[in-house]
Amino acid sequence: MKTARIVSPFLCVVVPFAPAQARAPLNYLFGYGDKAYPVVGLTWGVLIVSVLVILVISLLVAGAIWRRPGVAAQAPGSVLPLGQPEGGLDWIWIGVGISSVVLLASVVWTMVVIADTNSPATKPALTIEVTGQRWWWAVRYLSDDPSRVFVTANEIHIPTGPPIQFRLIGGDVIHSFWVPALSGKTDLIPGQTNETWMEARTPGIYRGQCTEYCGIEHAHMGLVVVAQSPNDFRKWYLRELQSPAPTTDGQVAAGMLNFNAHCGSCHAVRGTDAAGVLGPDLSHLMNRTTIAAGELPNDPADLAHFISDPQGVKPGILMQKPELSTNEMADILAYLKTLN
Amino acid sequence: MSTIADYERAPTVAGEGAHPALAEKLGRVWEAKPGIAGWLSTVDHKDIGIRYIITAFAFLIAGGVEALIFRLQLAGPNLHLLTPEQYDQLFTVHGMTMIFLYAGPVLSGFSNYLWPLLLGARDMALPRLNALSYWIYLCAGIFLYAAFAFGFGPNVGWFNYVPLAARAYNNGPNIDFYSLGMIILGISTTVGAINFIVTFLRLRAPGMSINRVPILVWGTLTASAANIFAIPAVSLAFFLLWMDRNLGTHFFDVPTGGSALLWQHLFWMFGHPWVYAIVLPAMGMVSDGLPVFCRRPLVGYTVVALATVATMVLGFGVWVHHMFATGLPSVSLSFFSAASLIIAVPSAVGVFAWIATIWTGRPILTTAFLFFASFIVLFTIGGVSGYMTGSVPVDLQLTDTYFIVAHIHYVLIGINVFPVVGATYFWFPKFTGKMMDERLGRWNFWTMFIGFNLGFFPMHISGLLGMPRRVYTFADGMGWDWLNFITTLGSFVFAAGVLLFIINVMVSYRRGRTAGDNPWDAPTLEWATTSPPPPYNFVVIPTVASRHPLWEGRLGKSDSQERSTVSTGLVLDHGRETVGTTPLDAQPNIILKMPKDSYAPVILALTLTAIFTGLVLHLWWLAIAGALASGLDIIGWLWPEVALGETREPANG
Repeated sequence: MKTARIVSPFLCVVVPFAPAQARAPLNYLFGYGDKAYPVVGLTWGVLIVSVLVILVISLLVAGAIWRRPGVAAQAPGSVLPLGQPEGGLDWIWIGVGISSVVLLASVVWTMVVIADTNSPATKPALTIEVTGQRWWWAVRYLSDDPSRVFVTANEIHIPTGPPIQFRLIGGDVIHSFWVPALSGKTDLIPGQTNETWMEARTPGIYRGQCTEYCGIEHAHMGLVVVAQSPNDFRKWYLRELQSPAPTTDGQVAAGMLNFNAHCGSCHAVRGTDAAGVLGPDLSHLMNRTTIAAGELPNDPADLAHFISDPQGVKPGILMQKPELSTNEMADILAYLKTLN
Repeated sequence: MSTIADYERAPTVAGEGAHPALAEKLGRVWEAKPGIAGWLSTVDHKDIGIRYIITAFAFLIAGGVEALIFRLQLAGPNLHLLTPEQYDQLFTVHGMTMIFLYAGPVLSGFSNYLWPLLLGARDMALPRLNALSYWIYLCAGIFLYAAFAFGFGPNVGWFNYVPLAARAYNNGPNIDFYSLGMIILGISTTVGAINFIVTFLRLRAPGMSINRVPILVWGTLTASAANIFAIPAVSLAFFLLWMDRNLGTHFFDVPTGGSALLWQHLFWMFGHPWVYAIVLPAMGMVSDGLPVFCRRPLVGYTVVALATVATMVLGFGVWVHHMFATGLPSVSLSFFSAASLIIAVPSAVGVFAWIATIWTGRPILTTAFLFFASFIVLFTIGGVSGYMTGSVPVDLQLTDTYFIVAHIHYVLIGINVFPVVGATYFWFPKFTGKMMDERLGRWNFWTMFIGFNLGFFPMHISGLLGMPRRVYTFADGMGWDWLNFITTLGSFVFAAGVLLFIINVMVSYRRGRTAGDNPWDAPTLEWATTSPPPPYNFVVIPTVASRHPLWEGRLGKSDSQERSTVSTGLVLDHGRETVGTTPLDAQPNIILKMPKDSYAPVILALTLTAIFTGLVLHLWWLAIAGALASGLDIIGWLWPEVALGETREPANG
């Protein structure tokens, strides 16, 4: 069901998911979950108040000017008549009176929404730990059972329905975690663990973005939240729990050896010798929709392009161009394509 | 002929007849030396004020060109005119320039020029400190821009968050230059603020009780008081950061127990009050200038003055609204959210006072009036976008998007640049004795107004559509393409408007119509003296009986019973003198001996800059030499002088 309910005192409309999200994937004028609804309502509320205030004030200024314009001096220094020397104070009392009521109402509404969205109404189904790195996201699915903890990167799958808890950690500098259609921003700050939560009512792909300036590739630090029906999510989750099982096919086996030698000190693939933690975990790379933190679609051509010229795709990132022969490159790509 | 008996004497009173002889005598006493010597040593507040304004406008142009360059990069998706590193330096230096080197100093310039004239005094209370404040500002600006010229401009945003600004992530000297430059500039702002406060307390003309000072004076006074409390926070923050980076301390170093959030608190405890400090004086200019063209006094003088002070007081309680997303407890978020919304109440006072003044007046549509009146609308737009960000849940969406970029520009351009340009049209005749061209002025106004709104209004929409700030490029398919194109287009139109303004200033300076003393038939004291004013401002010290000395007798029922006198007043001609009055009621109680011109301020500015240059380049000998030279200079500066009553006259006097 690709529709979303917008709860707002001003607007009660059904907005199709696809068009709004497709035209402006990071907009937050429409929300798609229990945390987003009250915020969307408040956003539209203060936005409409603001537009009305601008219109009223502009009309008053224009009216005041054109009501009875004075006469300009013929020459500098000539004495001009003075008009009504007193009065006008009523404007201030009435204007400030009305403004104060609106402001007070906004404060109350704000407090209600803060209380409403501060923590989820029901127990979160899942806790996901996100660590901000320059310029990607390390994602760890937590569980009381250590065998059910796994690591991924840049793409977060959640089930629709229940609230999901997030623990946010600053890995190096400050980043900010933002998935506008589902939740406002929370910073990831070194030395502290922040918490946030979100909930998706509608299955879909929700774009996210780092919004705290974090250095040279801040512009290209995206993420994707994939909200799936509980059944689809369960399938994905169980797949992620397993280690990938590359075939022993000649080229793939050679690719794995090359990958471990050239890439394994930064990247990890579970169950292999590649166990680096400096870059994104690539265990189930082929199950992701994007690479390079949302920068490129995950297709073979873009993957090859990114690996062969990381500094061209994202100038300044920490990944250096690997020293690979054409054959080694082909082998590694063949290996990566088996990681699903 | 000096010393104690002299400044406790009862000065004589003289009228119009004595003016020619007095003027000739005062001219000899007050005029700066001709040539470069006088240029370097002058302490005349008018010279200093004009220098402030011109320097600030030079920085405005520099910051504007930087913005135009990166607007080209953002004109469409995936453009690569600039490397990410170049873009990062440009947007950081643009912010630093506009916020620190333009917006604050330009208002200091106007206030410096205007205060003694508005207050009926002959100079600022501490003229040499005033000169020092300017020279340090100039040196700080050159210091920061020299780094930029060599490719070492600050590159992590004007807000300079750690750990990105720490040595571990920023190895070059960029942030060291920024840190020390900001500390130097802080000295300038602080001594300037002290000067305004002392001048307000002691140099108002006899009779100018605090309920009779122009609103501009309230604005600058409030801003100055705020700066005294706000600047230490940021200077401390930058000093701690410099020590972290250079001496191995750990104030902000998380792995060794420092705190990353400490920086944000220190920075915004300064940063938010600073925003008010760079708009309140500009709002004061409108409160004083607008009524002149409406041919009536400002509606609600008292409430507007009180609202100015209230804004500043509340302004110290809202800094956390820059940090809503940092994971603070929801109770403290709620408090700061409420404060950030309620601070709109005193702003509403101003808006309705200005509208009422126009509504009940007979507005004359001069260029200055157009700038002042349009400011009300721009102020409202910047105000309501601020109101939206004050609400925590909404701000968690808006923050760090282009919506905030729109907001800050409506605040800084709408509430600072528009009033400043209007104020230039208004006071240029006083500064130069020439009128600015009104026909060119119309072109100037409409180009700036249309360009500004064309450029910056769409940023609200790109923000609502999720465009993050501080990105050097953006992908297509995000819904931002045409909005960014319009923004770039508008920014160039706006720049053309600013260019027309500068052309108008230059042309009018050469060929403008002669203005006379009071071209607008305005009510306050600066219009009582010649245009441009003589070095001593007033031949005799005026006595003030109302808020509108030059409109007395024409205000009907609200006229004061007593009358101000501007051509008859105290004669103070025993060297450089002005009158000191009591802080509240402005009863004259002392004759103040004013210092002569001096090289000490310019030398101290240079030696202080030498200290900081030594520190940033790790040339320790230069830092030590600079410190010693500064010490010697201060000794020379403070050496007691008989003429200033700082030491008893010799026994044989």
